[in-house]
This record gives sequence, structure tokens and C-alpha cells, in this order.
Amino acid sequence: MQILFTLCGLVAVGFVLLITVYLVLSGIPAIRQIGLFPFLFGKTWSASQDEYGILPLILTSIYGTAGAIVIGVPIGFFTAVFLAKAAPKRLAALLRPAVSLLAGIPSVVYGLVGMCVLVPALRNWLHLPAGDSLLAAILVLAVMILPSIISLSETALEAVPREYEEASLALGATELETYFRVSAPAAKSGIAAAVVLGIGRAIGEAMAIMMVAGNVANMPALTRSVRFLTTGISIELNYSQDGSLQRQALFSIGLVLFLFIMLINGFLNLVLKREREE
Amino acid sequence: MKKVFAIALAAALALSMLAGCSGKQQGGTVNTDGSTSMADVMGALTEAFRAKEPDITVNYSGTGSGSGISGVLDGTCDIGLSSRALKQEEMDQGAVSHVVALDGVAIVVNPKNPIADLTTQQIADIFTGKITKWSDLGGADAPIAVYGREDGSGTRTAFEEIVGVEGACTYTNEYGSTGDVIGNVASNENAIGYASLSAVDSSVTAVQVNGIAPSEATVKDGTYTIQRPFVMVTKEGVALSDAAQAFLDFAMSPEAAEYITAAGAVYPN
Repeated sequence: MQILFTLCGLVAVGFVLLITVYLVLSGIPAIRQIGLFPFLFGKTWSASQDEYGILPLILTSIYGTAGAIVIGVPIGFFTAVFLAKAAPKRLAALLRPAVSLLAGIPSVVYGLVGMCVLVPALRNWLHLPAGDSLLAAILVLAVMILPSIISLSETALEAVPREYEEASLALGATELETYFRVSAPAAKSGIAAAVVLGIGRAIGEAMAIMMVAGNVANMPALTRSVRFLTTGISIELNYSQDGSLQRQALFSIGLVLFLFIMLINGFLNLVLKREREE
Repeated sequence: MKKVFAIALAAALALSMLAGCSGKQQGGTVNTDGSTSMADVMGALTEAFRAKEPDITVNYSGTGSGSGISGVLDGTCDIGLSSRALKQEEMDQGAVSHVVALDGVAIVVNPKNPIADLTTQQIADIFTGKITKWSDLGGADAPIAVYGREDGSGTRTAFEEIVGVEGACTYTNEYGSTGDVIGNVASNENAIGYASLSAVDSSVTAVQVNGIAPSEATVKDGTYTIQRPFVMVTKEGVALSDAAQAFLDFAMSPEAAEYITAAGAVYPN
């Protein structure tokens, strides 16, 4: 039995190793041919002109994720405080399944709703030619990261010892003061983990934002059509020629994305480890 | 040990990417290689040919027109497939062109858009960003949303080459498939896009170019100018195998016309 479990564990580890090795092997050649600096900091991505600079893609991914965090984290955090501390039991019993349902909706559905509702709305409000834009992608991503932020923050807030809050209330603090001055700081590493998880989800998302971002490799601007690292790979993979520099450069984008996610995961582990040590 | 295995597997995967069309055909096998735009036409032709000559297998790998032509010149495949006319230097190297079909690229706008006729120059100006408002063309007072395909798409390459705007287009949005372009033009009154003529349906309007409406007839007689040939390429002085010759003859014969038309392209002869 022991052997079986060990094998199962090794399979997971094996796949991680396989993907890592494969990505590195297939991502390096294009970077070597293009040069690391022109690849990472070039401002033009155009296979037909033989220019492969992914700075617009990197910046779009960073801005898009940051925007989603700026909008999603406050909403998610306040919802979590409400659910964990203030909500009447019945309302909480209604809200919690709704949040987990939000987590279960496939990303293509988010994209579809964004494409059919959000994009035309932005087009009319802002008098844009199309409406597919960084702004649309940020709004979709903000909604998509809500469930992970809410559920993780809520768990962290509920784990705060009841005595802390009782002491604060006994000292004359109001309930609101207690939640934000006592409970939230005590749960801060859990909430930080929630934020990092949200970042991870936002930066790795491809399908939903491909449907609302417009997919032109412009330098990012809120109302302009943009291309993320993830969508950069998926949109050009179909027609790039096998073995061509374009195809290899797509793998290099994958490698860059992989490093980003490794970095975020490493950071998440650090945060969680610190929490455990506390 | 696990690590070694993982590395070996990764190496095998990486190597398999390099394997494409290689080796000469044996017995009744025809290796064709090239344009991805020709996938539908090749699919229809291959299927019809299999019914006729069950002993001959026709392999198709979609690697792009350029590598299809160089494949046949290097002898790595029997017939190269190109969705553009051959260039002079390719013909100098011995490439021979056999046009099996024609494909029109339609310029599509939203049905609510009153614009019905554009000149090639106007189309070039719209796609390069010189004209940005429909009112400049006599249409509504609205910005133009320029929709196109991603870099590497055969339709995009063909459109940009024919209109003379290679690499100069400023797209509002790029999409990964012809269906996406049509769907999004259908849902945005400001949009203009391009799509293979065979894929155009009633949800969008295909505008006239220089006064000529795109249709099978106008593509065939050459009056509709935004069109490209689907070419089978062989090499001068290199004898085709019997199987390859039979397939090429079949593709060029009047018998193939119905399959080419069914695949959405225009039979040229």
C-alpha cells in the first residue's frame, strides 16, 4: 500500500519536472536567437516582421493583474469580513454557496458574459470603436479572483481566537473597530495568502480575457486592445509553423509566464510558512 | 532515476516536434505539406480520392505555404501546398505551380452599416489607420473598429499582400479564427474585417470592392481582385511517383470541381 501512495506522489512530482524541463528546453532556443534583452524589453511583437519583443505582453499581464487586485481585493476582503463576522446566519448561508458557485463557473462563461454584456456596454459608454480593452479584462479578472480571495480571507478571519475580539469589545471598542483593528490584523497573513492566490489566478487566466481584451500586442492603456502573456500564446499557436522562430518564441513566452507563476508560488509558500510559524 | 526518466521523456517530446514530413513515400503514399488555409480543400480532395483509389494514402501536414514550397524543393515531400502565387525566386529554383482552386477574401461590415462599396485604396487606408471614422467614407459618425486575424494566419497574410499593407495594419482587435472575426463584426456596428469568402454568411455584409461584389463568378473571372490561388507545387525535373501523379491529376481534373466547391473554394478551370 505504501508503495502505491508513494508512486502516486511521484507521478505528480514527475509531471512538474517534465513540464519544467520541457518548457526550459523548448523556451531557451528562441531567447538565444532573439537575445534576452530584445526579447524581454522589445516593444514590437510581430512574427511577419520577425520582431519578437514581449514587453507589451509582460506589462499588460502586470497591469491587468494589478488592476484586478485593486478592484477585487477590497470587495473580496469586505465580503469576507461581512461573512465571517457581521452577516446574519441566514444571509451568510445564502451568500456562501453563491461565492463557491462563482468559483465553479468555467472561465469561458466569464468570457462569454464579458463579451456579450461588458464589451458592448464599454463601447457605448466610452464611445470606443470596439470596447475590447484592458479595462474589460481587468473587470472580468476582478470578478474571477473574488471567490478565492473571499473564501481564504474568511477562513483566516474565522480562525482569529474569539478572546481577542471579546477583549477588544470589553475595552469599549465598537464592533467595526474590533473587526478592522483586531480581527483583520490578526488574520493578516491568511489575507495576504488570499491576495497572492488571487494574483496567481489572474496572471494565469487565458480563455476569459482572450474574449474581451482584443488581443493586439499594443503597449497597455486602459481603453486600448491589449494582449496578455497567456493570450499571446494561445492566439498564435494554431497557425505558427512547426519549428519556426514564431513557435519557439511562443514557448519562450510560456517560460516567462512559468517563471512569473513560480515566483508568485514561492512568495505564497513564504507567506503561508510565516503564518504557520506564528 | 525518476528525474532521468522525466528528462528523457521531455527530450523525446521535444524531438517529436522536429519530426514533420520526412522520408520518401513508400508504396502508395503521397506526402503533401504546406498551407494551413488549404486544409479544407485538401480534406475534401483526400476523402474523394480515397474513395477512388483506396490503396493510395494521402498525408497532409499543415506547416505553412513557405515550408511546403521549400519541402518540395528539398525533396522532403511529394507535393507542396501554397495558398499564394509562387515567387520568382521559387520558380527559379525549379518550383512548378498547379493551380487547383481560387479563394476570395471578402471584406465584411456589420449589416447596419450603410457602406456598400469600397475601393482598394480606401480599404488600405482603413486598415493602416489613415481613415478612422465611418463619416469620412459617407457613413455614420462613428469610429471604425478594424478587426483582423492574428499574425501567421493565411487569410491575414493573403489580405495584407493583396491590398499592399503588409505589416502596416493597425488592428483594433485580433482574433484566432475566421468565425470569431465574422461573429464580432456581426455584433459591432463600427466593425470592418476580412474573412475567407466561403465562410461569409448572412450575419455580415460583404462589401463590393472597386464596384465588384465578391462571388464565385467574380473570383473565377478575376474581376474581384482580393483573391488568392491554392497551388500544388512540384519540382521541375523530378518525376512524381505514380501515386503522387495520380493524386495531382485527380486534383486538376473536372471531377475534383464539386469537392473543391464543397470545401468553399472556387474551381478555376
